[in-house]
Amino acid sequence: MIEIKNLYKSFEDKTVLKDISSQFKDGITNLIIGQSGSGKTVLMKCIVGLLDPTEGDVLYDGRNFVKMSKKEKTMLRREMGMIFQSAALFDSMSVLENVMFPLDMFSDMNYKDRKRQAENCLDRVNLLEAANKYPGEISGGMQKRVAIARAIVLNPKYLFCDEPNSGLDPKTSLVIDELIHGITHEYGITTIINTHDMNSVMGIGEHILFIYDGRKEWEGSKDEVVSSDNARLSAFIFASDLFRKVREANR
Amino acid sequence: MAQLGVNSIGIVLLISFFIGAVICIQIKLNIQSAWMPHWVSGYVTREIMLLEFSSSIMCLILSGKVGSNIASELGTMRTTQQIDALEIMGINSASFLILPKILGLMTMIPFLVIFSTASGIIGAYATAYIGHIITATDLTSGMLYEFNQWFFWMGVIKSIFFAFIIASVSSYYGYTVEGGSINVGKASTNAVVSSSMLILFSDLFLTQMLS
Repeated sequence: MIEIKNLYKSFEDKTVLKDISSQFKDGITNLIIGQSGSGKTVLMKCIVGLLDPTEGDVLYDGRNFVKMSKKEKTMLRREMGMIFQSAALFDSMSVLENVMFPLDMFSDMNYKDRKRQAENCLDRVNLLEAANKYPGEISGGMQKRVAIARAIVLNPKYLFCDEPNSGLDPKTSLVIDELIHGITHEYGITTIINTHDMNSVMGIGEHILFIYDGRKEWEGSKDEVVSSDNARLSAFIFASDLFRKVREANR
Repeated sequence: MAQLGVNSIGIVLLISFFIGAVICIQIKLNIQSAWMPHWVSGYVTREIMLLEFSSSIMCLILSGKVGSNIASELGTMRTTQQIDALEIMGINSASFLILPKILGLMTMIPFLVIFSTASGIIGAYATAYIGHIITATDLTSGMLYEFNQWFFWMGVIKSIFFAFIIASVSSYYGYTVEGGSINVGKASTNAVVSSSMLILFSDLFLTQMLS
């Protein structure tokens, strides 16, 4: 479980995160949602340690990440996997080499075992046939799937996804969502997904944290989202014509 | 090493060949006279190639090719979150990405200096055998006249310093890029300008120290 307590983050005179606290449980998909510029990405960067919070704590199964030494942080990071908005695959490496990279760095396995493990992960995301291609030769959706394979190759305890569906068509987005959801349940990982894709919210949002202007505005599950009487949440959710029509049809 | 050093061999050989030939022609046609010994052209060509061109000027040229390559590669890795991905994996991205570039270039540059000097001398001989501007005997006597081995080592030592400047300055600019592709371009330009300036200034001090 990951717990954030009274998290603040300021850049010079601008406070982006204001007193955010929440718990992200194991084995479910935790979603952080909010408008562009609401502070979602900054919150995720503070959780994974790419930014240091100005105030507050981030606890990984009770271990305070903010107060850890550099060495302890490095060790904890080996338990994390992250899928970036841009996939962030290494251009100079093939798909297989990208997935093998964390194993090359941190495992004691021999080459044959590392290769087999990477191929298993590629098979899990249905991309074994693209193993020898380079990131520039595959589509955006395939790149995201490779990023998922790379993120899970070391069997992480914590999985972070920063807008995994951005730039993807609805069908591919669904595939990515189902993959992340499946992997989370299969391995019992603590997964946090940063998104503003309403299809993801309604599809895999088992725990949802809604951020508005750097503050925690609402928290609940996908079943509670639609019935919530929070005006800002409703304005965000039903900004889409489609969702508005669905709501009106339900009424 | 292959990307930074081996891929630069072609341009080093090409530029050095023509510069060696041009220096020889310029000295023979414009400076050498009846008052000067017959070996002057060969002697001056050798000294220029050994003391300045193959170490300092070649490194200035390489700061453009290799420096911009390093800065834009690291800058692109930064903007496409590849460096963040390394950090998340618990890898010290700075030492993982920058240290091999510094060590690789510092290892390769002495070889490039040797290739450059050799190519310049071959260029000078081309003016003798192909252009018939100078006789090969005069050129050889100039090339061999009072050869000081230290001049060769001076060029190599200077070039190792310059390699460190090129790789570290370019890596710094690339690694610290913020924003998008425009900033990658700016970082690349800044890397070349800064490393060129530092090479010129340090050349002044190193030449005085080593002479």
